[in-house]
Amino acid sequence: MSIALRAQALLGIALAVAAGGAIAKGELTGDPKAGEAVYARCFACHALTYNRTGPKHCGLLGRRAGSVPGFQYSVAMKRANWIWDKKMLDRFLANPMKVVPGTTMGYAGVKDRKERADLIAYLEQAGKSDVCREH
Amino acid sequence: MSSRIQTPDTSFALLHDAPELETRRSFLGKSGLVLSGAAIALLAGRDALAKGKKTAGSDVNVLNSALGAELEAIAAYQVGAESGLLQKPVLDLAVTFQGHHKAHADLLAQTVAKLGGKPVSAKEKYDFPVDTLKTQADVLRFAAMLEKGAVSAYLGAVPILDNRDLAKAAASILGDEAMHWAILRNALGEAPVPVAFMS
Repeated sequence: MSIALRAQALLGIALAVAAGGAIAKGELTGDPKAGEAVYARCFACHALTYNRTGPKHCGLLGRRAGSVPGFQYSVAMKRANWIWDKKMLDRFLANPMKVVPGTTMGYAGVKDRKERADLIAYLEQAGKSDVCREH
Repeated sequence: MSSRIQTPDTSFALLHDAPELETRRSFLGKSGLVLSGAAIALLAGRDALAKGKKTAGSDVNVLNSALGAELEAIAAYQVGAESGLLQKPVLDLAVTFQGHHKAHADLLAQTVAKLGGKPVSAKEKYDFPVDTLKTQADVLRFAAMLEKGAVSAYLGAVPILDNRDLAKAAASILGDEAMHWAILRNALGEAPVPVAFMS
């Protein structure tokens, strides 16, 4: 690769990162700080460390769907046969009632892709925090 | 559960008219809220039923989700009121807001039943972070957090309700939750309305 082409490629990468998306394999890298603000939208029903109208979020990534002890899930969520990873969370958060018809999470979803990425980044970071280690 | 709204005994002198006028306005305002809410529920229930079982079922899930959050809010305000941390007039404010949530919950439960669904019940026990509530400000911040979440929840409910009358009723509740949030922020000495748009 010529120096000019290499410089052009590097510039392209730099622009992609600067665009805030940090695009890798079609996924957005979220900003946990921005995601914390998005998480405030969940406060009517969710908390990190304890079950509310919705289940707690500590330990969400890597957890089997519908598996928090003591939480009464919908039949639909109990039947959801997957582990929550970033990709699955992204799908679910975009349109919960479409991805899990019959879910009790009666919410339109987080429609903005970057906001979802930020929210997932926050949940991932919070899951590793001291607060969540105890829960 | 009572559908009556608790009598507000707010001490916001600047917002009060003469006592007689206030009593009359308060009575009319509260009666109007209850009647219009019930009317919305009944009318919306009939419309949604007429649209078919699938539509009503989807709306039932959304409304039951909101009902669950309202029931938790009622319990949260009860914890706040009984904490001994709230002083008048903030205590009165909390009781008034709890009354609003009771009215919301009653309306939602009636509507879910009207649509052929089973309204969710209050949990026997709610987990609240009571160990972090040490002062009146802590309780207010906790309540404000719940109210802001409620605004977002209703914002997320309005566009997916198939029945437009139900969406209108949900938007009406959203407005009430937003006012709660603003007043609680104001009581905390924060900007009551910090943003032009909610999300």
